[in-house]
Amino acid sequence: MTEAVTIEARHAVKAFGQGEHVVRALDDVSIQIRKGEFFTLLGPSGCGKTTLLRLIAGFEMPTSGTILLDGADITDLPPNRRPVNTVFQSYALFPHLTVAENIGFGLTMQGRPKAEVKARVAEMLALVKLEAMAGRKVSQLSGGQQQRVALARALAPQPKVLLLDEPLSALDLKLRKEMQVELKRLQTETGITFIFVTHDQEEALTMSDRIGVMSAGKLQQVGSPRDIYTRPVNRFVASFIGETNFLPATVVSGGVRLSTGDVVAVETAAQGAVTLAVRPEQVRIVAAEESGAIVATVRMLVYFGTDTHCHLALADGTEVVARVQSPASGEAGIEEGSTVGIRFASGAAQVLED
Amino acid sequence: MAERRFEIARIPGFATIAVATFVMLYLPIAALVTFSFNEGNSVAVWSGFSLHWYEKAWANQAVKDATVRSLTIAVCAALISTTVATLAAMGTTRRAKFRGETFIYVAINQPLMVPEIVTAVALMILFGMVKQATGYQGLGYLILAHSAFCIPFAYLPIRARLEGMDLSLETAAGDLYATPWQTFRHVTLPLLGPGILAGAMLAFVISLDDVIITEFVKSGGQDTLPTYMLGQLRRTMTPEVNAISTALLGLTVVLLTAFFLLTRKRD
Repeated sequence: MTEAVTIEARHAVKAFGQGEHVVRALDDVSIQIRKGEFFTLLGPSGCGKTTLLRLIAGFEMPTSGTILLDGADITDLPPNRRPVNTVFQSYALFPHLTVAENIGFGLTMQGRPKAEVKARVAEMLALVKLEAMAGRKVSQLSGGQQQRVALARALAPQPKVLLLDEPLSALDLKLRKEMQVELKRLQTETGITFIFVTHDQEEALTMSDRIGVMSAGKLQQVGSPRDIYTRPVNRFVASFIGETNFLPATVVSGGVRLSTGDVVAVETAAQGAVTLAVRPEQVRIVAAEESGAIVATVRMLVYFGTDTHCHLALADGTEVVARVQSPASGEAGIEEGSTVGIRFASGAAQVLED
Repeated sequence: MAERRFEIARIPGFATIAVATFVMLYLPIAALVTFSFNEGNSVAVWSGFSLHWYEKAWANQAVKDATVRSLTIAVCAALISTTVATLAAMGTTRRAKFRGETFIYVAINQPLMVPEIVTAVALMILFGMVKQATGYQGLGYLILAHSAFCIPFAYLPIRARLEGMDLSLETAAGDLYATPWQTFRHVTLPLLGPGILAGAMLAFVISLDDVIITEFVKSGGQDTLPTYMLGQLRRTMTPEVNAISTALLGLTVVLLTAFFLLTRKRD
């Protein structure tokens, strides 16, 4: 992957409303999206991810800040003059046109010759495997097929950037999984920069080259899926992506002291009261008497098939969840009510400043 | 059908009132149509079946002139009012909310609220001045007046259709390099088609039917079909009027049926 920047937002602010009722949907967001990458904007609804996408598409004007495409300021360009196409959440396919006419719409509006439009439409139909449907009206297609038409329509004019606004949210689980693979394949084959908006963390982790996590109009963290998952920078990111145990702690020399008095060895530059974040799968259950282990009582076991969630209570009542891989026998080998010891996998515990 | 729903038909007297209402609505029309086939001169005493009042009306030059005039005015008024109404509907649904939106809405629908006789007198006075100043006595005044009062009838179905349309379609067109005009031409207008057709047909029928404003605005010798019939009634009433009315009714029924079939098919 080249490091060239395709889309850049500089201090983008979008405020809605007037006077006392101003809501900052986007609050000073700066971001650089690289050429040819699959970038995901992840966050809960109302976090500003769709607003950022609409600013890039040109459907909204930022209250302040600039949007750049390949280094050129496009903030004031209307959508029809930006080489950027969108796959809408509702698909927004034209009901009065056929599948082929929908796919060719962008090229036709650009005034490309008929023969070129026809060839390109055929190519796109093949890419999304809908050759047989060319003459159909879009209302005659299934949800998954409509999704493919929407993709083909947005890709046909060969945009520099493809924006996808929660395009899979209307599909059922099985179809969604198939489309995730399909999207990744299309992105690799076309080499076009994808900016994908979703609130589904699993979707974000499996498909993206990089993820930008958003909350309350601000960009919380940008990084690879592995970075985001293993090194969340704050409590929001840690709790939004995957499950996390949050343990109150105080920084001491060589690590942090938990509320139980146990000291966990971690490296940190923080001072005073902090939160220790540990993923449930990084909590190891050992014998209670093992040296350095934190003593805990097994409160409840929840069987999930591939693994079992052990809900544990530390000496002072603090709750910790450990995820243990279910053994072949189907028993985790841990009894409810028993006393055990827990350890955190080395390097897995993360100190978050509050 | 195990569910016991609220059933209006179980209320005593429901059937009686329903039947009475339909009789009141359709009996006069049935009588009108029946007597258009009367052989004699009376519109009330039946003396045998005949088509000769239709033949008479067909041969009557005054009826022919009035029909042509009525159709000319109705077609022009429908075209003008539908165009204006389409623009008005776009202007009131395809832009950000603004202060005074409700006022604009009321203003557009003025002809539905101001008593028609008031508009008629006002137009007579205004056009009287214009006629004197310009010397022009043609059909233009009637076309203009009809276009104005037909606007709300064209506006309402077009606006309803626009409000039901997904705005993201126009956003998508813009995203796919369509200029605002191309978006209107290739997306909004085709999808708006049934609404525009509905508006135009409604405007056409309303114009065809008008008596009050036409009566006040028309110059001498500019009778439309309805005002011609009104003039006939003042003299002797023969089943010729019934025959003309029946023909007019037939035209309206055909138009409304066509409109119904067209809009149902599209949705």
